[in-house]
Amino acid sequence: MLDVQAGDEQSFALLLHRYRTPLVNFLYRMVRNREQAEDLAQEVFLRVYRAREDYVPSAKFTTWLFRIATNLALNSVRDNRYQRMEISLDAPLTADAEDGEEKKLDVAEMHPNIEQHLIEETRRKMIRRAIEKLPEKQRAAVLLHKYQELDYGEISKILECSESALKSLLFRAYETLRVELAPLVAQRAVR
Amino acid sequence: MESRIWGYMDGRLKEGERLEMEKHLSTCAVCQLRVNEFRAVHVLLDELPMIEPSAAFDVRMQARVAAEPAKQNWWAWFASSPRVAFAASMLVAAMVWVGSQTADTPLNAGDIDKINQNMSVLENYDVISDFAPLSDLPQPVQADDASDTKPNQQM
Repeated sequence: MLDVQAGDEQSFALLLHRYRTPLVNFLYRMVRNREQAEDLAQEVFLRVYRAREDYVPSAKFTTWLFRIATNLALNSVRDNRYQRMEISLDAPLTADAEDGEEKKLDVAEMHPNIEQHLIEETRRKMIRRAIEKLPEKQRAAVLLHKYQELDYGEISKILECSESALKSLLFRAYETLRVELAPLVAQRAVR
Repeated sequence: MESRIWGYMDGRLKEGERLEMEKHLSTCAVCQLRVNEFRAVHVLLDELPMIEPSAAFDVRMQARVAAEPAKQNWWAWFASSPRVAFAASMLVAAMVWVGSQTADTPLNAGDIDKINQNMSVLENYDVISDFAPLSDLPQPVQADDASDTKPNQQM
């Protein structure tokens, strides 16, 4: 980031290459829409680019990056919820369209056993829905902890809460996931 | 339990705390089950596939960055114009030189004593009101329509 600050455009390209996939995945799991996730990821990188001259390396770059991403995602989730309520209270979630998107990728893998493939797809759908049901701050905490493997200090800075509040968020999130995924958890927990 | 389970699962408890937790888990079936279930959830989350950004992502990003207006700071402005930079530096040097020439020199003890002696005279109203040199000053010009006004008293 310090090279980007010094005006090195090549370093910005490297930064983009390194963080675009984790960022798009984080945002996709937050907002549940691929197109929107990519738009938000672009907005995050653009803000990083605009702020490059004022960047002070007081915190890790990933903390700063995911803090911007989390704030944008939380705002977007709230805006989406408001829009959905305005359109129709009964409007279905767009999850099916997104499932189709991932299905396309899975089919591309050419799974040899179609039955096994369907079982796996059902499990994934359950897991995805369980994550989607979490309140957004709990969801962000789980995603940052599980998929970005950030430590408690970093996540608490990103979510602007204390470490004990973060552990409480994670505990409540895992309690919900444990209940939602009970059939799958039971299979694993007894092993 | 709530505060320690994550430290325990992530292996970040201190040795004493970890042993204490393990001792508790060995006697508490409920907490042991909870730890196992949380671990199972943690592993289940690995089953979600990662998605790749679309092919257009980088192209769109580059276009958006290229469309950003270039920020030019003062230094960049000077760098692009050496004549202006030279003139500005000469001006600054001249200002510093003039400032150093007119700077007040510090008073010495003799000067301070002299000022202190004169202070009693300057603060004495009688001395100032009868100060002879003031009477030699030319009289102020009277306005035409000020014939009824009283003449100014001499000090």
